[in-house]
Amino acid sequence: MAEQASTRKNVFSKKIDKFFTGLADAWNFVKRFFQEVFLPPYEFKEVIQQCYRIGVESLPLISLTGFIVGVVFTNQSRPSLSEFGATSWLPALISIAVVRAMGPLVTALIAAGKVGSGIGAEIGSMKVTEQIDAMEVSATNPFKFLVVTRVLATTFMIPVLVMYTDFVALMGAFVNVNTNELVSISTFFVQVFDAITFLDIFSSILKSLLFGFTIGIVGCYKGYNSSKGTEGVGRAANASVVIAMFLIFIEELLVLQIVTAIRSM
Amino acid sequence: MDKREKVVVVRNLYKSFGDLDVLKGVDMDLHREENLVVLGRSGTGKSVLIKIMVGLLRQDSGSIEVFGQEVSTLSLKDLNKLRLKIGFSFQNSALYDSMTVRENMEFPLVRNIKNLSKKEISMRIEELLEAVGLPHTINQMPSELSGGQKKRIGVARTLVLNPEIMLYDEPTAGLDPITCVDINNLIQEVRERYKTTSIVITHDLACAKQTGDRMAVLLDGQFRAFGTFEEVFPHAEDQRIKSFYDYNFIYS
Repeated sequence: MAEQASTRKNVFSKKIDKFFTGLADAWNFVKRFFQEVFLPPYEFKEVIQQCYRIGVESLPLISLTGFIVGVVFTNQSRPSLSEFGATSWLPALISIAVVRAMGPLVTALIAAGKVGSGIGAEIGSMKVTEQIDAMEVSATNPFKFLVVTRVLATTFMIPVLVMYTDFVALMGAFVNVNTNELVSISTFFVQVFDAITFLDIFSSILKSLLFGFTIGIVGCYKGYNSSKGTEGVGRAANASVVIAMFLIFIEELLVLQIVTAIRSM
Repeated sequence: MDKREKVVVVRNLYKSFGDLDVLKGVDMDLHREENLVVLGRSGTGKSVLIKIMVGLLRQDSGSIEVFGQEVSTLSLKDLNKLRLKIGFSFQNSALYDSMTVRENMEFPLVRNIKNLSKKEISMRIEELLEAVGLPHTINQMPSELSGGQKKRIGVARTLVLNPEIMLYDEPTAGLDPITCVDINNLIQEVRERYKTTSIVITHDLACAKQTGDRMAVLLDGQFRAFGTFEEVFPHAEDQRIKSFYDYNFIYS
């Protein structure tokens, strides 16, 4: 009995050890990114290639999702507003919802699923097939070539994708509003831009940068530290998505608190 | 160049992974333009030894000097300088699978040798692909190549930086017997043409016999036998070395 309790305690303490070691490793990984990002040589070509890959590959999915979000959100909001005879507020309501929260969040979650898992799987498979070692022995810094470039690419591209999603979602909303309320495109967009402030756009871009960084760094960290062959690659891809999504929601909450505080000043 | 010059000197090298002691006091010398074959069963630490040599792993104790420099004490900058003199051919070729053969070979070249024109880069790549007998694969992706072709391209990629030492990690693993002979011939050709010093890690005695000047058998974390193939194998006194020879003979 005592032996069982001791084994259980041992397993528990090993898990705690593993958790804190993992945290320290992750912190060192992030620190290394910031140390290496400013040091030459700069892999501009690879950053541009990754930006292109992330942007273009995500475009069809984000276009479709953004449009559907716009249409559905407009449709769902209409009955509540019409109870107060306030359907004319639809463009303003939708613009606030899309720019402040839904655009960044929807884009980031899709990118975490598509881009984050891709990065985790790609770097993970490079790790288990010794391609990262091959870079290292040819006197090339694999961290700089693989990690720095991908994290920069996600950090730059997610805000661009968010702006695109905002636009597509608003177009979806316009199609719905135009069909039901016969509002012209100019009237619609005048109302949209009247409702949002500089702070809304600023916080949206800030959040997108954070989300992009998170997706990239989590995918790279999980891939770079994957082991145990193909099983490890699958785990790395899966963990990249789950952890990135979890962190995105936490960041969303934090930024919301900060922006609310600024707004109430 | 002095062929008796020692380019690699290993002394009392220890390495363990957790509770598993892999290398337990390894001593070894490698002379210029020599082909040393390191033999041993799977998991005896053959690959670990050459990974320590290029700084991919770090020993627990002991020393490993390459061109007179202790690898474990080098700064990253100096280690990278040293790595340029060492070509490492990986067991699974480790070709970058998102790049074509040309891009795979360009990768180390453009990052390490500045001021090369596009024409010079192309010429160097084409010359090496010609040397390994695969000039037609230049625009192919690694996924389109056979195992033997991947090995050859892997060797060509390491040669692109003109290394003085070549490390081959299981060059014939997973290949059919005819392709194995081709790869063994390639190792010989590389040595003669580029005057390289080599370490070949293998458990394939045919490969060892064909490519090595000297054999070193790794058993229980230490080298148990050094010498030419004839000195080490047919009349080995150590039962484990003898059985290693017999099983290889029966298998082949």
